[in-house]
Amino acid sequence: MKISNIVSRKNRILLRELVVTEFKLRYQDSILGFLWSLLKPLLMFAILYFVFGQLLRIGSDIEHYAVYLLLGVVLWNFFVEATGQGLSAIVARGDLIRKINFPKYIIVVSGTISALINLTINLVVIGVFMAINGVDLLATAPLVVLPIAMLYVLSLAIAFFLSAANVKYRDVGHIWDIFVQAAFYATPILYPISMVLERSSFIGHVLMLSPVAQTIQDARYFLITHQTITSSQLFGKWYFDLIPYALTAIVVVVASLYFKKSSKYFAENV
Amino acid sequence: MVMAEKHTNQAAIRVEGLHKDFILPHERHTGIKQYLINIFKQKKGYEHQKVLKDLTFEVKKGDFFGIVGRNGSGKSTLLKLLAGIYTPGKGLIQVDGTLIPFIELGVGFNPELTGRENIFLNGALLGFSRKEMDAKYDSIVEFSELERFMDQKLKNYSSGMQVRLAFSIAIRAKGDILLLDEVLAVGDAAFQQKCFDYFEQLKKDKKTVILVTHDMGAVERFCNKALLINKGRIEAVGSSQMIANKYNQLNQAQIEKDTKAQAERESNEDQTGIKMNIETGVMYKYGEKLTFTITWDKERIKGVKNAGVALFAANGEYVFATNTVIDKYKLNEGRISITYDLALGDGTYFFKIGLFGKNDTDVIRFIDKGPEFIIKTNNKWHGRFKLDHEWK
Repeated sequence: MKISNIVSRKNRILLRELVVTEFKLRYQDSILGFLWSLLKPLLMFAILYFVFGQLLRIGSDIEHYAVYLLLGVVLWNFFVEATGQGLSAIVARGDLIRKINFPKYIIVVSGTISALINLTINLVVIGVFMAINGVDLLATAPLVVLPIAMLYVLSLAIAFFLSAANVKYRDVGHIWDIFVQAAFYATPILYPISMVLERSSFIGHVLMLSPVAQTIQDARYFLITHQTITSSQLFGKWYFDLIPYALTAIVVVVASLYFKKSSKYFAENV
Repeated sequence: MVMAEKHTNQAAIRVEGLHKDFILPHERHTGIKQYLINIFKQKKGYEHQKVLKDLTFEVKKGDFFGIVGRNGSGKSTLLKLLAGIYTPGKGLIQVDGTLIPFIELGVGFNPELTGRENIFLNGALLGFSRKEMDAKYDSIVEFSELERFMDQKLKNYSSGMQVRLAFSIAIRAKGDILLLDEVLAVGDAAFQQKCFDYFEQLKKDKKTVILVTHDMGAVERFCNKALLINKGRIEAVGSSQMIANKYNQLNQAQIEKDTKAQAERESNEDQTGIKMNIETGVMYKYGEKLTFTITWDKERIKGVKNAGVALFAANGEYVFATNTVIDKYKLNEGRISITYDLALGDGTYFFKIGLFGKNDTDVIRFIDKGPEFIIKTNNKWHGRFKLDHEWK
């Protein structure tokens, strides 16, 4: 697969057609349609905020905890949606793959792009919430694109890996569902990482090695409050800082190689 | 896009030493559990099936190239390899020019999208940009005669309309090499005619076309060269006439084998209580006589008042039918024989047989696929029937 092919005109056209189609189909025959992209994270946020913020009183020591929580939830949802869409992408499009030859990665990418569109919409909502909550616009705010870009790369790589593995073993979908459930609680989304660090410094440190935790914390740091504990603050040693990035890099390399190797045989196996 | 200049002696497709294996799982358990069980039992959960064995051939620019073979011979696999859908196991496929495959019409059609949206999606899958599709759009819609329905969802189209739309896109898709599967010609007679007109046009334009089919009539009519594939190997490559003959020979051998096997089966265990036999053999020339006999077990099949025999061409085309009541022939118990003058064009034909009571609706036995026979005369004219005619 040559790089020039990846962005060739023909492939860009197909990618666009697929993304547009998916977007149209997703909200077909629903009254609120595209509004659901906004409503879903908001409603989920309302539940979480009520349970964790008001009932359990977690995070009262962090300023703008509501927005802080929402950003975490939105980024996590993006991760779950992008990987989930990617996971089923190849199998769901088996009919196409068996009948026409086109670069298979386009289907996976198109799935993650719909998730990316949703994320963009949600970030606008967060912007509105920030204004309502009186969050100061930090000088670091533009830097938020960096952790988001990294999260996208990670999600895309995982999507590549899962989509190819799912062709061979349909168990992958179930395993991933459970894994995502567990990972949700192992990632400092609902609770501040300081809560874990107080109880067990070791576990807190391990949790922060996850690239997802690192990107979410970085995004919160850049956009909402510098009170956020980021991975690099926590470890303070450069080689520890690199671990989340290294993990992402490994996933990217392994996933691309695996996808490239198995995509040749999708038409026979799917 | 600049079209590649046509040199008649240049290869459009070159295939060399092509092999393809499929790994077939013994059971369709694609799961980790089965994988673990197989490791545990030290059992291979799959087997290799060699589908194509050492294929080498060349398609020249401007060729109308037929690929023929019986069901299961590997021709569809070859088509999918040429289209780049499958990856060769061993060997090489070189394609010079843009190749547009039609394994099936309307790939990617989505019932929830409108006709217009489907045109653009299908076009994108075939590799056309929005601009290119914009340029073709009007002529596609016009050809499909579906102007009024373009903004309706595809699910509200009749199946005939869907095929029309898909076909209209297909014939507007311009590439250097076209890959056509015979499934294109599925449909009513009018649609088949449209397909054939399209093939005729392609031939006139000296397009490079690869046509996969088992309709020898189409091969002889359109192709200048053809390839016969049998059990994964190339049996012959050459003129379409020669390939059509070879194919018929191969078919005849198979039919004789099948009939023999069937006869044996029937004599061993007569399940239906009916025996059928073409007394005069399998191969015929135009105008020869054929005698077909049906016998049935009088003890098991009672009350037969009417026997009917229908003749079909191998492609399902209804040729001729009659029964003893129509012909006012008094039926004896247990046996009937019919003799035809075979004033029929070349092709493979088969019988359907019905034994009825007093009314046509009172079906006692019906056999949907009776014995087959072949007519091969090398007449100068084409078609099923030779009509009396006069030129002026």
